[in-house]
Amino acid sequence: MVQKTLAEGNSKGKKTSKAHEMAKKQRSISVAEFFEKNRHLLGFDNKRKALLTTIKEAVDNSLDACEEARILPEISVEIIDMNNERFRIIVEDNGPGIVKKQIPMIFAKLLYGSKFHSLKQSRGQQGIGISAAALYGQLTTGKPIRITSKIHKDEPAHYYELFIDTKTNTPKIIKEEVVHWSAETGTRIELDMDAIYQKGQQSVDTYIKQTAIVNPHCTIIYTDPKANQIIFPRATDVLPKEAKSIKPHPHGVELGMLIKMIESTDSRSIQSFLHGEFSRVSSAVAKEVCEKAKILPNTKPSEINRDMSERILKAIQNTKIMAPPTDCITPIGSNDLERGLKKEIKAEFYCATTRPPSVYRGNPFVIECAIAYGGDIEGDKQVKIMRFANRVPLQLQQGACACTDSVMGTAWKNYGLQQSRRSIPVGPAIILVHMSSVWVPFTSEAKEALAHYPEIIKEMKLALQECGRKLAKYTSKKRRMKDEMKKRGYIEKYIPHVADALKKILSLKETDEKMIEENLKDLLEQSRGKLKDIKADNQEYDEDFAKIGEEEPQEEEKDE
Amino acid sequence: MSKKLSVPEKIRSLAKEVFDSIGKKDTPRLETPIRSLSNVEYNDKEGYFKILGKMKERTMTASTIKSFAQSLLMMNESKTLIEADDIATKREMYYISKNWGDAKFKEQPESDSIMDDIEAMMGVNREQIGFIPEEKGGDIAGELVVVDKDPDTGKPLKIDCTKMGTGAYSIPISVEHLQFETKAKFILAIETAGMFQRLVKHKYWKNANCILVSMGGVPTRACRRFIRRLSDDKKLPVYVFTDGDPYGYGSIYRTLKVGSGNSAHINEYFCVPQAQFIGITPQDVVDYKLPSHPLKDVDLKKIKDLIKNDPFIKHHKEWQKALQQMHKMKVRAEQQALAKWGLNYVIEKYLPDKIGNKKTWLP
Repeated sequence: MVQKTLAEGNSKGKKTSKAHEMAKKQRSISVAEFFEKNRHLLGFDNKRKALLTTIKEAVDNSLDACEEARILPEISVEIIDMNNERFRIIVEDNGPGIVKKQIPMIFAKLLYGSKFHSLKQSRGQQGIGISAAALYGQLTTGKPIRITSKIHKDEPAHYYELFIDTKTNTPKIIKEEVVHWSAETGTRIELDMDAIYQKGQQSVDTYIKQTAIVNPHCTIIYTDPKANQIIFPRATDVLPKEAKSIKPHPHGVELGMLIKMIESTDSRSIQSFLHGEFSRVSSAVAKEVCEKAKILPNTKPSEINRDMSERILKAIQNTKIMAPPTDCITPIGSNDLERGLKKEIKAEFYCATTRPPSVYRGNPFVIECAIAYGGDIEGDKQVKIMRFANRVPLQLQQGACACTDSVMGTAWKNYGLQQSRRSIPVGPAIILVHMSSVWVPFTSEAKEALAHYPEIIKEMKLALQECGRKLAKYTSKKRRMKDEMKKRGYIEKYIPHVADALKKILSLKETDEKMIEENLKDLLEQSRGKLKDIKADNQEYDEDFAKIGEEEPQEEEKDE
Repeated sequence: MSKKLSVPEKIRSLAKEVFDSIGKKDTPRLETPIRSLSNVEYNDKEGYFKILGKMKERTMTASTIKSFAQSLLMMNESKTLIEADDIATKREMYYISKNWGDAKFKEQPESDSIMDDIEAMMGVNREQIGFIPEEKGGDIAGELVVVDKDPDTGKPLKIDCTKMGTGAYSIPISVEHLQFETKAKFILAIETAGMFQRLVKHKYWKNANCILVSMGGVPTRACRRFIRRLSDDKKLPVYVFTDGDPYGYGSIYRTLKVGSGNSAHINEYFCVPQAQFIGITPQDVVDYKLPSHPLKDVDLKKIKDLIKNDPFIKHHKEWQKALQQMHKMKVRAEQQALAKWGLNYVIEKYLPDKIGNKKTWLP
């Protein structure tokens, strides 16, 4: 498309150099145009994924906004089937709303957002997701995204219809009006797009369900394309601890980033820049870095050239700097994690673990994991792995994810599951892995899989091992019980023969024979102890809930 | 358990004990003597493997409940047999158990083992608890008249073992009622039927004035008891002629002389302490330049095991030496290897030499 508009009109005859010719084709590409051609990078590569990605982006944004505003989230998601693979998606929340003048930018400009520049545990990161969804809708249906938002109960709501100008990556306002909305505050998004609705592991249904599992503080009202309404009521009124934003840690910074930070700083000296814009850098440490880089501490940032930046970076790497603060991470907590699993799965045994915070590339993070074992879970298949990052379910690209790698790299045989060398274990279990961090390292912008940082994999394995050990306790207990049951059954089998032989030898009566059998059974109970029933009663289990997203399992998508 | 009680009475009293403990809700138990080499002792004076007091217990555990039930069931069969004055072979007993449902025996050795246990509990012979073995007792030829009874009339019946032609007299399963008439000088017990045939064919017994017994491997109880009674009765020495291998020494000769671990409870009657070994010794292999076969690993292991664990071998230095010599030579030789020097070499040279020279014997 780009070439088409450019290549024409160029004459024959006149000799122009090849370079000139090529220069005419060279020009900057807008991000929006880039997306148009590379939609798969953001999770819009097919119609089924487009639906999931759109809902995911919208819900993630709503949850982030509510939590930041300390509002208990109540989110309504509605998918309307408009036939011929066209759907209308409506997502509405009770969040803080969006200031009027920001609405066009947030929904109709790619890479516009609040989260990219701060390091803080949140679901969204780049500010590309929802506007990409708007663009996808615009491209497939020619219809604008419709936004209604209200920021205060005494102020009116604002309604927008927006297009994205793909050449300039700027919003084009189609319609703008003040409307009445009964809600106190909130935001409502409505857009149409070409999509396919399916059930299964990678479906919207599963996304909503898993989101409810790891966000027990949120209520979701979901209406599927067949107009079935499912309400996921909140299980707790306690909001997760407020996520704090932290300054970047020097050990996580790269040269390009450092140069950019130096260029845009207001600090007067390089020392105060280091002290002021990074976490865990005291004046003394900043001075030490400057000395190691052979740069005067009071050098103005504007005088720092590329070469000096590189020296600073090197000096940073050679300086001992305290690990970043970790109180900015709010994990789900092993109790809530376990409760969430119980709701979803009817198993015999549950356990969960939350690891202490750790750091990769200067970013603090926390790994949690949980295991459900036995009960209704099928035993002869590979275990199901549920992956989450900052409370967002990861449903695609399982094979490429660090979670999967960690599960495969753990020795499950010791914990009572079958496993062939470095593969996903087999057995009646479901394994849940959750990573919380100020910056979650995804392998792509589509946010489908976690990157393989050794520090992260190490923490995941430690978490899995911790859970594994709890599991092993249970499985070995269960095995012992099974052995005991078998032995008991075996002994009981011969009781009638003992009674029969004694009856014949001693010419006993039937009643004596009965007495022998009963007394022997009592004796067995006495000497071997009462068998404890190990089947745990799961009060939390919700059958209807568990069924959501389960029908019509589809084949695992082939990722390119 | 008083010894005056009859077997059915003993069975009833054991069953009553079990029944009473169940009535009192005490765990019922049956105790049987352990039948193995670990529960026997040997000394020269007694001359046989004497059982010690170790007992095993069958009760309500996963590993013993089945044999507990089987023991009681077989005790019932035994009582029924004795009361009806009937007998069952060991094999028949095994088939009777097929009516016992889950408690039935899978293989006959299981049944035989329980039978031996009951025998040991009762402290009597197998025949006295109503069971008889399948196997033949052994064959006799030579200077002997056996006085048996006609099964129908009860009149004495004389069997002259010199008049068996090329055949032989078969030792019956029960030998307690037999009487003997003989002028023979000794009894020669032979391991293999082949060697027995050669000696019979050439009337060795006539020249040597002896009684020949074919044991056909490890001697049966009847065979051991027959030789013992005959030897005791007529004051005859007993010479034993086996292959030169650990099986011939440790299983055949030793069992004949002092009994076995498995039948520890009845060895007193089923042993021949006066027996002497004149079979192929490791030294004979050297002295007679006998053709030999290399010992297999199992043979070497058996030798080590005999030296280390067999109370009889442990008691006799001569045997330890002989076995150590064999372990060093790593060869064994069969009785028939003497045929290398001519078919009748055994008759003309070997046996006269060996019997004539006590120094070549082993105890």
